[in-house]
Order: sequence, then structure tokens, then C-alpha cells
Amino acid sequence: MSSLLFDEPGPRARRRIRIATVVGAVAVLGLLALAVRQFAANGQLDADRWQPYATWPMWRYLLNGLWSTALAAVVSAALSMAAGLMLALGRLSRRRWVRLPAATYVEVVRTVPALLLVYLVLFALPRYGLDLPLFWKLVVPLSVSNAAAFAEIFRAGIGSIERGQSEAGLAVGLTYGRTMRLIVLPQAARRVLPSIVSQSVGLLKDTSLGFVVSYAELLYSGKVLATYNGLLIQTYIIVALTYLVVNASLSKLARVLEARTPQARRPRRSLIRA
Amino acid sequence: MSAFLDHLPEFWEGLIVTLQLIAASFAGAVVVGVAITAMRVSPVGVLRGIGTAYVETFQNLPLLVLLVLAVFGLPEIGIKASLLVTAVVVIALYEAAYIAEALRSGVNAIAVGQGEAARALGLTFGQSLRHVVLPQALRTVIQPMGNIFIALAMNTALAGAVGVVDLTAAANRVNLMEAQPIPIFIGAGLAYALIAACAGFVTGRLERRLVMIR
Repeated sequence: MSSLLFDEPGPRARRRIRIATVVGAVAVLGLLALAVRQFAANGQLDADRWQPYATWPMWRYLLNGLWSTALAAVVSAALSMAAGLMLALGRLSRRRWVRLPAATYVEVVRTVPALLLVYLVLFALPRYGLDLPLFWKLVVPLSVSNAAAFAEIFRAGIGSIERGQSEAGLAVGLTYGRTMRLIVLPQAARRVLPSIVSQSVGLLKDTSLGFVVSYAELLYSGKVLATYNGLLIQTYIIVALTYLVVNASLSKLARVLEARTPQARRPRRSLIRA
Repeated sequence: MSAFLDHLPEFWEGLIVTLQLIAASFAGAVVVGVAITAMRVSPVGVLRGIGTAYVETFQNLPLLVLLVLAVFGLPEIGIKASLLVTAVVVIALYEAAYIAEALRSGVNAIAVGQGEAARALGLTFGQSLRHVVLPQALRTVIQPMGNIFIALAMNTALAGAVGVVDLTAAANRVNLMEAQPIPIFIGAGLAYALIAACAGFVTGRLERRLVMIR
């Protein structure tokens, strides 16, 4: 029990820590009790209001929603990663007419809310005769906005590869394109893998915009269910817990990957313990 | 373009609501985020656990789910607040997790000798946090904080999806009346870009003034 921010606690500090532990625990339990009391006082704890979520049909509906969420997330992740890679290479290009549009795209899209892009696809494109299916009305704006984020991740990754690597590639006579493809990109991809996974978690969270598009992903399925059975808070809590489980597992994966990347292996002394 | 100019008052009101959302929830998020960071580096195991659980929970839930849960769910258990207040509280709690995470990496970036020196001088945990660790941590995370601010500004648009008439919702309403999506949404987008540009400018200035070169 020693860290660099505090000494091995003496008797007085130990007493204070014990008190803080008790106070913290009491505060958490108090909040929980308050929440339970609010639920009970409004009759939301009654067994018949939670019973439906012990039955298969409700779960089947929600799991269908989760499947659609995963589908939308995977397709937009693939599209935005491909676009992001192109944009990152474009921003690093030696030609100005490639560099400039790529940089403009990234800077502009980064500062426009995803919801606004969704509205744009939802209302503007049909007026010009482009009425996409629901799935694409969600996937297109998500890909457009996440492409900028992935572009920045890839650019940072490529920038973090030592100059000597690409210089060596060029010195042995590879072209610029082959140096990138054979030497720089494979190393950069490994280095940014954790960021890619955590950005993908963000993307999965963004698919909840299907609520606005009325594409039947998890949150919208929850809305439909809640309207059908009138169990508002129960349904949304179940939906939130589902998101939590899925995303927490993905974040855990990102941490595992991070621990396995070569440069993170050296333990660094820091003020706080992991 | 006239569709945009004819409805300037609506856009203006929406912009005001958006700015209120941004300012109030960023202030709240910074306060909660600093508190969570202090808990996460404290010697008390329970507090560290609470801090970590908080960050994990809020980083792994979509903001829209939290907003829907708060706006439609909380009245069911007898907690009624105005839409704007609910949205501000939810956005503040959500972004606080990101601020706490950024601050934690800031604390991590502080040289170990700083903490050791503070202890050698006999500062208590609270004192070394207040006088040595947090001031340096805050300075190293100006750029990430600026990015969180911009992300928060973009995220306030989601409040428009649950009934708060912010800039995005105002644009949507005007579009339903005028059916001229391109100028209307581009106008709203420009306003957001302007907000983000201001934030970028301010963080750039702050960084140049406060950053520490090691």
C-alpha cells in the first residue's frame, strides 16, 4: 500500500483512511437506497413490471436490435477506416492539391455534430432524389464523421514511426508507395491498434443515433418496446446495461492490446498505480 | 439562402440554448472530473474503486441512451426537472468521465520526482495534490481539454434529439417549415464550426501561455 503520492500510512492516516472508506461506502449505499426508494415509491419495483424481461420474446427483440447495432457499427467502421486511411495518406502527401482537400475535410467534419450530418442525409438527400434505405441513412453520416477521426489516428500513427524506417526503405530503392505499404503502414497499424479499438467503441456508441433515423438498432428497438409495453424506465435500463456490457468488453480488449504493444512493455515509473 | 435569413430569430434562440448547454455542462463536467480524478489517485481503496467505476460506466454508455433514460425514464420514478436542466446534468456527468481520464493521463505525465519532493517537504496528500500535482496536470492537458470541449459542443446537439430546442433542433424545425435543407443545415453547421474554431483559438493561446517545457 505505497504510492508516490502518499507515504506508508501511520496510525493517524490509517484511521483517516478507514473513516474515508466508511464514508465513501455509506455514500454509495445511501445513493443506492435512495434510488431503490424512488423506484419503490413509484411502483416501478413491482415484479410484473420487470417480469417481461425474464421472458425470451422481449430479449429476442432486443437482441435483434443489438445485431442491427453490430451490423451498422461494423459496416461504418470498415467504410470510415478505409476513408480515414486515404485521408491520412492524403494529408501526408507531397502534392498540395491532395493535401489541402484532405486537411479541409478532416478539419470541417471534426467540427460538425454527427446529428447534424444525420439530419442532412435524412432530409437533404431525398430532395435531390437520393432516398437511401434506413440502414444507409445511419451508416453514411456515421462513416463521414468517423472517417475524420480515423484519419487523425492513422496520421498520428504514421507520424510516430521513426524517420529512419522510411529513409531506409527509400535507400534500398523502394518507391514512396511501396515504402509506405511495406514498411511504414504495418508498423503504424500495430502502434495505433488500441486507439482504433477505442474509436470503434465510440462509433458503436454513435450508432444509437439510429434512434433519430428510426433504424431498428438497440436503442430504437428499446423505444419501440417501451411504447408497446409501457415499461419506460425498465426498458431503457436494460438497453443501457446491454450497451455497457458490450462496450466494456471492447474497451477491455483495447487495454489488453495496449499492454501488448511493444513500447508499452517497459514499465514506466508514474505517480499512480494502474 | 433566404430560408436561413428569414428565420434568423429561431436560429438565434437555438444558438443561445446551445451556448447555455455548452457553458453549463462544461463547467459541471470540469468540477465533477477533477473530483473523480482526486478520488482515483487517493489512498482510499473504496474511493479509487468508485472513481474507476464511474469512468468505466460513463465512457461505455452512449450519451443518447443516457439522455433518453434521463428524459423519459426519470419522471417515471418521480424525478421531474426541466428539459434543459436534465440535459445539462446528463451531458456534464458524461463528459466528466472523459475529463477525469484526460486529467489522469496528465497526472501520469508528471515526473515522479515532483511527488517525491512534495512528500519530502512534508506536504499531506491533499496539499501535494492541490499545490504540486493538479496545477501541473491541468497545464499538460490543455490540448486534450480543448478537444473534449469541442466534442462536448458537438454532443450538445444530441439534446436536440430528446426535445431541447437547441441549434440543431431549431434548424430541423425551420427545415420542416421551409423544406430547404441545404442552406439551413449548412448555416447551423457553420455556427458549430465557429464555436469549435473559437475553442481551438482559445486553447492555442492558453497552451502557448501556460505550457511547461520539460
